[in-house]
Amino acid sequence: MTEDEIRSAYIEELVRVAPDLDPAEIAGSDHLQDDLELDSMDILNLVIALNQRFGVAIAEADYPQIATPDLAAAFLARRLGTPN
Amino acid sequence: MAVFKMPSLGADMEAGKLVEWLVKPGDKVKHGDIVAVVETQKGAIEIEVFEDGVVEKLVAELGQDLPVGAPLAVIQAPGEALAEPTEEAPPVAPKTATEPVAPVAEAAPPSAPPAATAAGIAASPAAKARAAELGIALESLTGSGPGGAIVLADVETTKPAATPSPAQDRGAYLAEMRKAIAAAMARSKREIPHYYVTHTVDVTAASDWLSAANADRPPEERILMGALLMKAMALAAHEEKAVNGHYGEDGFTPSAAIHLGLAIALRGGGLVAPAILDADKKSLQDLMEAMRDLTMRARAGRLKSSEMSMATLTFSALGESGVEAMAGIIVPPQVAIVTAGAPGPQPLVRDGKVIAAQAVTLTLAADHRVSDGRLGSKFLTAIDAKLQTPEEL
Repeated sequence: MTEDEIRSAYIEELVRVAPDLDPAEIAGSDHLQDDLELDSMDILNLVIALNQRFGVAIAEADYPQIATPDLAAAFLARRLGTPN
Repeated sequence: MAVFKMPSLGADMEAGKLVEWLVKPGDKVKHGDIVAVVETQKGAIEIEVFEDGVVEKLVAELGQDLPVGAPLAVIQAPGEALAEPTEEAPPVAPKTATEPVAPVAEAAPPSAPPAATAAGIAASPAAKARAAELGIALESLTGSGPGGAIVLADVETTKPAATPSPAQDRGAYLAEMRKAIAAAMARSKREIPHYYVTHTVDVTAASDWLSAANADRPPEERILMGALLMKAMALAAHEEKAVNGHYGEDGFTPSAAIHLGLAIALRGGGLVAPAILDADKKSLQDLMEAMRDLTMRARAGRLKSSEMSMATLTFSALGESGVEAMAGIIVPPQVAIVTAGAPGPQPLVRDGKVIAAQAVTLTLAADHRVSDGRLGSKFLTAIDAKLQTPEEL
């Protein structure tokens, strides 16, 4: 899985958690809370979905690393051992 | 036999447009089954049935605007003989032909056949089938066929030409929702004499307990501070009954059940506060799951009618970041709302010394017709006490 594919998968899960988001309008640098107006319940729902999809453990301390699609793609790629 | 009526959808909602039937005549239903979907200012709401029985007849038609109390269907109780057909007229005039009817919200086709066609509407079989497929009520169409009969072309021209862009759609939706919120909140401030009490709770013990508990848990079992606050509030409501219930024409009726409304802010400025039923009886884990589920369904616009109207007390939190305190407006017919500012370190006095400790500031807005500040103070103090032993929540 390339980083781009991971980013797409992340956005897919994000839209599943918050169906009022339009995937076409989500920028790679959009912050989940500050830009996309998600709350802590949504973040946890997203972490659960990402964990199920990628099998990657995301501790509470890692949440800042998945706070935008770009950050999350890089973080998940590292955890999955994807070459850049 | 019972006429199943449009249930209440909460203080700020007077009507909904029927967009989907999930049952058809002959289907068995039981209490709590979702039988229809209506579109409201606060999104699609799933209508639950309150009787057990067999659907005898669908009275309301797709596309109809239905006020609370309008007949939706006739339900035959188990074992009951088929009743005489009722000819109850729909309460709302059919829509004019010029107004396009919104497509059915769900991607999946409705599982039920078209709502029973009212007698006297001439339509070709192809038109009937296509109208049902699109969720268009035949009454809403003007026929151009022989004798004014509705033909396929009439249905096709009524079909919305193009789906409006999500952005436009959402803007209009949020504007409508804002109107509904404004009406309910203005009514609340006009009719309910609010009083407020505020208390800052030391949540060091609760935060430490959460961090330790969550460290070993998979994400689906993690608990957030909001769940601890809600559980403590639900338990404290047992002790101070004058904050939990409804105020109606005969004054205040306390509620034995504690159904906690959870305020959920929607993107772009909407707000809904659906209820978690029997919040006091749920384990912390179950309560947390209910909060996650409710948040997701609120965003998807798939809340249930019972959730929209049954809250007996509401909780609203700013979340993880933001200012330290917020005062709420009571959601009628409830009599109290507790709001929480963002948790964070605050200067507190412990053993005569000022220390920086993790704290949450709670504000209670309550109805002065029912209680006063002394009771409000006891209620917030009781919540504080429960948060000091988080392992017991």
